[in-house]
Amino acid sequence: MAEAHPVGFQWVMEAKARGAKVIHVDPRFTRTSALADTFVPLRAGSDVAFLGGIINYVLQNDLDFREYVVAYTNAATIVSDQFVDVDDLDGLFSGFDPETRTYDSSSWQYEGTEGHEGDASSGESHGGATPSDIQRDETLQHPRCVYQVLKRHYARYTPEMVQRVCGVPPEKFLEVCQAWAANSGRERTTMLVYSVGWTQHTTGVQYIRAGAILQLLLGNVGRPGGGIMPLRGHASIQGSTDIPTLFNLLPGYLPMPHHEQHETLQQWVDDMRLPGQKGFWSNAGAYGVSLLKAYWGDAATAENDYCFDHLPRLTGDHGTYQQVLDMIDGKIKGYFLLGQNPAVGSAHGKAQRLGMANLDWLVVRDLFMIESATFWQDGPEVATGEIVPEECRTEVFFLPAASYVEKEGTFTQTQRLLQWREKAVDAEGDCRSELWFVYHLGEMVRQRLAGSTEQRDRAVLDLVWDYPTHGVHAEPSAEAVLQEINGFQVADRSPLSSFTELKDDGSTVGGCWIYTGVYADGVNQAARRKPRAEQDEVAAEWGWAWPANRRLLYNRASADPQGRPWSDRKKYLWWDEDKGEWSGPDVPDFEKNKAPGYRAPDGASGVEAINGDDPFIMQSDGKGWLYAPVGLIDGPMPTHYEAAESPFRNSLYGQQGNPTRKVYEHPSNLTNPSPPEPHSDVFPFIFTTSRLTEHHTSGAMSRYVEYLAELMPAMFVEVSPELAAERRLEHLGWAHIVTARSAIEARVLVTDRMVPLRVENRVVHQVWLPYHWGQGGLTAGDSANDLLSINLDPNALIQESKVGTCDVRPGRRPTGPALLDFVEDYRRRAGVADGQHIPIVTAGSSGRVDNEHEGTEN
Amino acid sequence: MVSRNSLSGPLDPAPDAGYVDPPPRKGFFTDTSVCIGCKACEVACKEWNGVPSDGLNLLGMSFDNTGMLGADSWRHVAFIEQARPIGAQSAPFADLPTGPSGSAAAAAVVEAGVVATGHAPGLGTRGKQEPVADAAADSAESATAFLGMPTATLPGAGGDVAARTDLRWLMASDVCKHCTHAACLDVCPTGSLFRTEFGTVVVQQDICNGCGYCVSACPYGVIDKRETDGRAWKCTLCYDRLKGDMEPACAKACPTESIQFGDLDELRERADRRLEQLHGSGVQEARLYGHDENDGVGGDGAFFLLLDEPEVYGLPPDPIVSTKDLPDMWRRAGLAAAVMAVGVVSAFVGGRR
Repeated sequence: MAEAHPVGFQWVMEAKARGAKVIHVDPRFTRTSALADTFVPLRAGSDVAFLGGIINYVLQNDLDFREYVVAYTNAATIVSDQFVDVDDLDGLFSGFDPETRTYDSSSWQYEGTEGHEGDASSGESHGGATPSDIQRDETLQHPRCVYQVLKRHYARYTPEMVQRVCGVPPEKFLEVCQAWAANSGRERTTMLVYSVGWTQHTTGVQYIRAGAILQLLLGNVGRPGGGIMPLRGHASIQGSTDIPTLFNLLPGYLPMPHHEQHETLQQWVDDMRLPGQKGFWSNAGAYGVSLLKAYWGDAATAENDYCFDHLPRLTGDHGTYQQVLDMIDGKIKGYFLLGQNPAVGSAHGKAQRLGMANLDWLVVRDLFMIESATFWQDGPEVATGEIVPEECRTEVFFLPAASYVEKEGTFTQTQRLLQWREKAVDAEGDCRSELWFVYHLGEMVRQRLAGSTEQRDRAVLDLVWDYPTHGVHAEPSAEAVLQEINGFQVADRSPLSSFTELKDDGSTVGGCWIYTGVYADGVNQAARRKPRAEQDEVAAEWGWAWPANRRLLYNRASADPQGRPWSDRKKYLWWDEDKGEWSGPDVPDFEKNKAPGYRAPDGASGVEAINGDDPFIMQSDGKGWLYAPVGLIDGPMPTHYEAAESPFRNSLYGQQGNPTRKVYEHPSNLTNPSPPEPHSDVFPFIFTTSRLTEHHTSGAMSRYVEYLAELMPAMFVEVSPELAAERRLEHLGWAHIVTARSAIEARVLVTDRMVPLRVENRVVHQVWLPYHWGQGGLTAGDSANDLLSINLDPNALIQESKVGTCDVRPGRRPTGPALLDFVEDYRRRAGVADGQHIPIVTAGSSGRVDNEHEGTEN
Repeated sequence: MVSRNSLSGPLDPAPDAGYVDPPPRKGFFTDTSVCIGCKACEVACKEWNGVPSDGLNLLGMSFDNTGMLGADSWRHVAFIEQARPIGAQSAPFADLPTGPSGSAAAAAVVEAGVVATGHAPGLGTRGKQEPVADAAADSAESATAFLGMPTATLPGAGGDVAARTDLRWLMASDVCKHCTHAACLDVCPTGSLFRTEFGTVVVQQDICNGCGYCVSACPYGVIDKRETDGRAWKCTLCYDRLKGDMEPACAKACPTESIQFGDLDELRERADRRLEQLHGSGVQEARLYGHDENDGVGGDGAFFLLLDEPEVYGLPPDPIVSTKDLPDMWRRAGLAAAVMAVGVVSAFVGGRR
């Protein structure tokens, strides 16, 4: 956190000054570790084993916050008798189809609901339908209640297992367990903070799930000082998820319609709200129709399903990595890059560059002439002869962009807080904002299409595209866009103040339902800057948080089932019997006048079906999910799988890696072998990549800036003294790092901060690389992301960029075509030459190689 | 205006320099125990003051690629890796299969790196980029004998090998000390260096003639001549910002309040409280540096809380202003003159006999 989020780290330091204990778990000793009370080194990619060990410790020692767990989580809910856990299937859950490598999740359901949604592959989910009469055993004794299922699932995650898998000594591990449990409960809360590298694993979503289970067990969700706080990787990455730059989502987490499943508006809406479901998704029709009204205005009518057919339809995976491979295969013709530098910043840099070299056109908008605009003339593939500048067919258009101080708008940060940002200075020359670019590009396209009678052009021509502009460059008004996002009454354009005012009858416009209220009363609420000295600690008048300016989600959980604060120390929201409403410094994340004793009438659905003591109002059963019966592609509970590339056999199950991980079996995308496959010893070391404080992601905003470039002036690799001795690496000399994708070179920093670990009774070395370098800028160097393969988490389609296997050699790498031969030789020795791909389903295959199999159970 | 302590000892320098009713003396208290090494101070300083880049040199001194204070680095964050714990911190590498520390070897390289940058006061650094790496690498080769010595057993497995269990990573942002008795100012022949109403020491670039006396006079090796223009440069404690009632850029940018700016009296009290707190929580090695008005420079306007001996951070353990001995020297010179005079007189007196 101190490395990547130094400004946020001030609050950790403040907490420490007040006596907080800071624990840092990381493969390497960073600037955060330097300030922590306890540093716990662990093997990259072993986090579920570590967290599972803590879950087991909490359950075995009855350290959970029992009243909270029984009342607010699904611990008491009975799971279907058709569910079979991984212990009985060698690492697979019930319902697995080895052909498609997907799960049919119908057996994962609660008892009595097995007939419902059985397709676990729907990705972004809003929690499936759950009838109100699901069976619960609040004594938690039923062998199939979630609590007991969870306890059995994690029983094997003992401190000894954690030591074997993660390399963490038991004393260290127990120190973490005890500290976490002791600082949770009625009087205290613990916050789990992670940076987004945590998600960059083939089991990344399950890492976060494991953290969520632990926080729910310890009563740390919906209460002040608790929660799970992801530190996002850029300014407003949260904003670009809420109003997404993702292929499968529309604003406000509405799913992008699918060409088969969502032929009509009704099908699309029903798929979101699941008729009969509890909770606020039951109003999804209002959110969807208001969005369509925002897009197509008067053209969107009840008769034409509010122009639902204008929306593009998903036909499959259109994620960024699939697109890149499609570019290599010539299926994609053009590409826009707005503030993105995939030639350096995305996994498998070579695939990125080869893809971009096979387009008709490429538009790059950035502050500097970055690698993604120049790869065709100076990229690594030019040296190897794979790209010939004279023959590269891609026409590249570079458009200079305005920086963040040269444009206005909002940033949304990790607390879901929108903060308005003023323009400080005018951009120079031809530099323009993204808003200007998109608006005027739209204008020009619409002019070209004007008068067209083609049906396919209606989606563009019918768009509401009437934003007022100002200034010499006709800059569109960002505030007008915010007003549209907020939403208004169609009749008189009066701004809405809450998403509960959205209607599904075409009478309201709302560009992103969760943002409704940011322009309440016609005031830009995101621009509020009331000093903290003039308000309480919740600071409700600083900026605006979605939804409804709530600062703490699910804050009903901060009071006990009867509506009383759990403790005076952690008082936040409480039921005021006299006023008949929820009181406290924050906006209640609950119906304001719904009493704790409210019980849903039989047959109720939607918001009405939420009981007065069900805080998790977006879940179909109103409970926090320790066990996820739907919504996840790779299983209802986090399970330790080895990374796609690992030197070790999975200690717990025959199934080596995440069986549902997304692998693109493209000739350019080879994965290093892992056990039980032979030849994993060709790549004996583990590498992990991350950021330095001094640079920003691909370096596009830092390597080109003198004052930042000089602070970290060269690409380097950090190794332990032990590995330096083993591989004869010299401090400040050169080393090259090799995977089945490529070999890169870096300067060597030998440091005591890197240590070998003892895993599975042998010593393993980890090396660490910053990923900021590319061939451009003031300080140039090989790019760490060139080492990565494209192996993705199946839920979020995020790449496994935080762990892989490699070889490390002293000296510089070969150059020119010799580099290709060098890498090819490694591939041959590893048995992955000629586009061979390693098998993914390994359950039941233990003993296939005669070493490293003692952990499997068959 | 010249008082008893004008040349050494406790003093409020602004009134001593002739200011009538000056504002309270300003300074920095840099609490290195909360520094996270983000280097925001270095960047903010350069941005505000227009200090040029000092080149792209990978020094191999942990995460420090600035090296030391100089004409083009008015803030410098040092990074020190040591095989010992901080206070009650648990041993980070206990029970891990570690071998001996690489820091001894690394330290040798660091030294070579510093020499190779030529980044010593007055020498400048620009245009000397590549040789640094080469010289350092050469040095590494000769200095790190252990690196090329594969062992028969796994690292840490042999009973005779000292395993690493502890590590602390110290970070500290260094800056001009704005001494109570500033040698640079005292030796400046043009009056380019002057004492401000805030008690700080600033170079007036338009009348600096580049003589370099200040460079050799500074007991901390802070002030430095810029090779490209020959003039002396150093931290101004953001004199322009102070005049506008703003805090210096580095303190403004520091996210963890490691760099604290304010009235020196108040900062000294704050530092005493912090020291007490750290000692109370088991960080016995914490100490203040430059806060003592009775030290060789009459106390620093910019003082520090350190977690080790000053030498570890590259700070002199007992800095003495060159003018401190001036009265003594004059006394001796006077005595010598008197003796001589007496001799001469007595010679004449004797001659009359």
